[in-house]
Amino acid sequence: MGVAIEVSDLNAWYGTNHTLQSISLKIPANHATALIGPSGCGKSTFVRCLNRMHETNPIGRVTGTVRVGQTDIYAQASPVEIRRRIGMVFQRPNPFPTMSIYDNVASGLRLNGFRNRKVLDEVVERSLQQAALWEEVKNDLKKKSGASLSGGQQQRLCIARALAVDPEVMLMDEPASALDPVSTAKIEDLIFQLKSQYTIVIVTHNMQQAARVAENTGFFLNGKLVEFDATHKIFTNPTDKRTEDYITGRFG
Amino acid sequence: MRIRFHRKLDDLKERLLVMAGMAEQAIQRAVEAYRVRDISLCDLVVRSEISINSFEREIDQMALDLLAMEQPMAIDLRFILAVIKINADLERVGDQAVSIADRVRDLQAFPVVDLPVDIPRMASLASAMVRKALQAFIEADAELATSVLTMDDNVDKINDSAFFALSNLIKEQPRHTPQALHALMIARNLERVADHATNIAEDVIFWVRGADVRHHQST
Repeated sequence: MGVAIEVSDLNAWYGTNHTLQSISLKIPANHATALIGPSGCGKSTFVRCLNRMHETNPIGRVTGTVRVGQTDIYAQASPVEIRRRIGMVFQRPNPFPTMSIYDNVASGLRLNGFRNRKVLDEVVERSLQQAALWEEVKNDLKKKSGASLSGGQQQRLCIARALAVDPEVMLMDEPASALDPVSTAKIEDLIFQLKSQYTIVIVTHNMQQAARVAENTGFFLNGKLVEFDATHKIFTNPTDKRTEDYITGRFG
Repeated sequence: MRIRFHRKLDDLKERLLVMAGMAEQAIQRAVEAYRVRDISLCDLVVRSEISINSFEREIDQMALDLLAMEQPMAIDLRFILAVIKINADLERVGDQAVSIADRVRDLQAFPVVDLPVDIPRMASLASAMVRKALQAFIEADAELATSVLTMDDNVDKINDSAFFALSNLIKEQPRHTPQALHALMIARNLERVADHATNIAEDVIFWVRGADVRHHQST
């Protein structure tokens, strides 16, 4: 099992608020890794550090090392390059509302300078296929806007858009929390399919979802990584009492 | 805090303990019926089985509802799994009591003879195992549960020696064969009760420690 992301002594701040404290972990390649924890525990900040999004906040600051493959992302790569290699899907689907479905998917490639029509067509189809959306939209690619799709379809469109630039890692911050159970199941099936090709890191409040899709799970609390282990271990017999108290609802 | 959920877990535990009390009493009554040849006690055992079976269904349904509605995790999930298994074991303890009661009824047709098997002692050991396993369940005490596992060998030994002694009796005094066979089956029933107590103790260890110690496994 190769390591896709290696995080060493990562610290993050919002102003004076020390939101992540000395996080170290290895995220295995071609697996789904779930991050769980109560609101404000630092899990979203953590994923935003993995693709240098945290530093876009004027009061955000990061120290420590994040290696993606052989690259130290803070020392050896630009934020733009890193965000191409590490795609991100957010809680609320955010397609470009005025763009067609096709243009939404092609937008990342165009930003990176791709203009060849044939290549774009191929990538758009492949990405929509991978996101399990192709069959539903193939006849409306240029007729309908991204915003005209249902919530679940919009989220899969955003996943297709992220996949189009061929990332190595997909970060998903509560990707199904705004979706109905059917759309959620589709996203979960998709995560299952995608992890053979991509490394997936998913932040979720839904512990059953973490149990269903992820091989490994990390539990964050008060900016610290309390426990990181195989998902089945975390949900059946966690080592740390704090993890057990959280997942059994004995908190507070 | 999931207060309502944890109250429901407490309710589940309480119901299981009521059922456990009935199963334990059924064994005591069945063995007492054997000791004093009292058919009225056999009737009580058979009647209590109806209640035990109804408890089994009720507890399974409660556990199923909690699994479906509450999606328990970790120690709570292990607790519910342990309850489901202990529930099945207790129901089987009730069945063993009924089997003993049936044997006692059948024995009424034959004269009382002195048999080379100490059924009351075996019953007292098996009952002590059940009681200790349930105490471990009440107190979530994995150490106490572990101590139950070592007691099973004693009951097995008595059962083995009863088998040889009663086989010899059948050979040497064939006219006492029916009584010896019934006693042999009762010893077997009590040996099964001890096995159920062992299962219950293993389930308590699984619940408390998350360790699977069945079949001499240590993880």
